[in-house]
Amino acid sequence: MLNVGKIEEGFVLDHIAAGKSLAIYHHLQLDKLDCTVAIIKNARSNKMGKKDILKVECDINTLDLDVLAFIDHNITVNVIKDGEIVDKKDLVLPKEIRNIIRCKNPRCITSIEQELPHVFVLSDEKKEIYRCKYCEEKYNERLQRYPWK
Amino acid sequence: MRHLMSPLDFTVEELDDLFDLANDIENNMPKYAHACDGKKLATCFYEPSTRTRLSFESAMLSLGGSVIGFSDAGSSSASKGESVSDTIRVISCFADICAMRHPKEGAPMVAASKSSIPVINAGDGGHQHPTQTLTDLLTIRSLKGNLRDFTIGLCGDLKFGRTVHSLIHALVRYPGIRFIFISPEELKVPDYITDMLKEKHIPYEEVIRLEEIMPRLDFLYMTRVQRERFFNEEDYVRLKDFYILNKEKMKLAKQDMLILHPLPRVNEISVEVDDDPRAAYFKQVQYGVYVRMALILTLLGIKTNV
Repeated sequence: MLNVGKIEEGFVLDHIAAGKSLAIYHHLQLDKLDCTVAIIKNARSNKMGKKDILKVECDINTLDLDVLAFIDHNITVNVIKDGEIVDKKDLVLPKEIRNIIRCKNPRCITSIEQELPHVFVLSDEKKEIYRCKYCEEKYNERLQRYPWK
Repeated sequence: MRHLMSPLDFTVEELDDLFDLANDIENNMPKYAHACDGKKLATCFYEPSTRTRLSFESAMLSLGGSVIGFSDAGSSSASKGESVSDTIRVISCFADICAMRHPKEGAPMVAASKSSIPVINAGDGGHQHPTQTLTDLLTIRSLKGNLRDFTIGLCGDLKFGRTVHSLIHALVRYPGIRFIFISPEELKVPDYITDMLKEKHIPYEEVIRLEEIMPRLDFLYMTRVQRERFFNEEDYVRLKDFYILNKEKMKLAKQDMLILHPLPRVNEISVEVDDDPRAAYFKQVQYGVYVRMALILTLLGIKTNV
C-alpha cells in the first residue's frame, strides 16, 4: 500500500480518469506553482476500477474550476483546511471556455488570425456539446478533452 | 448598435416588421429614394460574389446612399496581412454600415466585435448567409401571404449548403411547417439539424428520389452542389448532377407549388422550367434587394414616414 501524507491546506482532486492526472496537472498550470503536488496514478477504485488522484498544497483560489469542469465534471474536488476536508466543490460545465481547446475547423477565422482567442460556448448542456463561438463547429468528444500530453 | 450575423438575431416579431417594411418598399419605391442620402455602405468582399455584392449595392443606391468597397481579398489590405479586426476599424471611419463576405467562418462576427458601425454578414464560408435567408423568408411570405402551414422540400446539397441550414433554423420558428429533405446519402442534412427537429417535434422526412414526393410539396427549394465546399474534386464530380429539375418532374407537382433557388444555378434546374409560372427564383432575387433595403434602413435606425 502506497502512503501519501496528508496535506494541511489545499485540495484533493479525486476520481480523475486513470492516466489523465498529468494532463490536468499541466492544464491547471500546477507546474508553475511553487507548492507540493502528489500525483497518484492508477489507484484502485470501487467506482471506477482505476483512477488518478491529485493532491495539491496551495490556496484553493488558485484552482480554475471552470477548466476542470470542462475537462471532466465527474472529478471530485475536496477542499482541505487544517488537514481536514472542509468542503466539496460541485463542478458545473462552464457556459463559455476560452483558450482551453482550439477550433479544428480549417474554415474557421481562428485558423488564419492567430491572435484571436479560441472561445467555445456551451450549446447543449445535456449532451455536453460546446461550439466554437465563431464558426459553431461542434466539440463534444470527451476523450479529446484531454488534449495535452 | 445592432449587427446581423445570423437570421436568428431578429425575433419573429422583428422579422415581421422588417418584411412589412420590405413590402412597403416594393410597393412605394419612390418614397425611399432619398432615405439614405449622405450615407455610405462599405461592401467588404474577401471572396468573389457578384450577385450578393450587387444586390447590396443596388439596395443602397436605391435608397439614395453611396457605396465603397472591394470585391476580392487580393485588392484589399488583407493581401498585406491585415487582420479583419483592423480592417473594420479602418472601414468604420469611412462608411456608415458594412456588408462583409469572407471565406472564413466567423470573420464577420470578429469584425462586428470591433466595429463602430453596423456589420451585416454577407456570407462566411459554409456557415451563415443571413440575408439569403431573409430573402427566402420574404419571398415565401410575399408569394404565399404568410409563413405558416406548408410543406417545403429542400433538395440537393443539404450537407454543406449553408442557405439550407439557415433556412431550416429560421422556419422552425413558424407553426405548421413540414420538411422533406431530398439528397444523396453523401449530402444528407447534418445530424445536429435532424436532432433539433426531433427535439422540437417538427415533422421531417429524408428521401433520395425527388419524384416520389413532388406531389406533396408547397415549396421546392433547389440548391447547387458547390465545388468550393469540397476538398475532393472526385466527390464533387460524382455528386454534382444528382438532381436535375425538368418539365417532366414539374408535371408531378401541385399547380401552385413554387420553386425557389438561392442562385446561381448550374444545371440543377433545366432552363425549360424558367417559363413555368411556378418558377419563383428570379422573383426571389428581386425580393433580395427589397429585404436588403429594409435591413439597411433598420440597422441604420432610419425611419421614413409611412
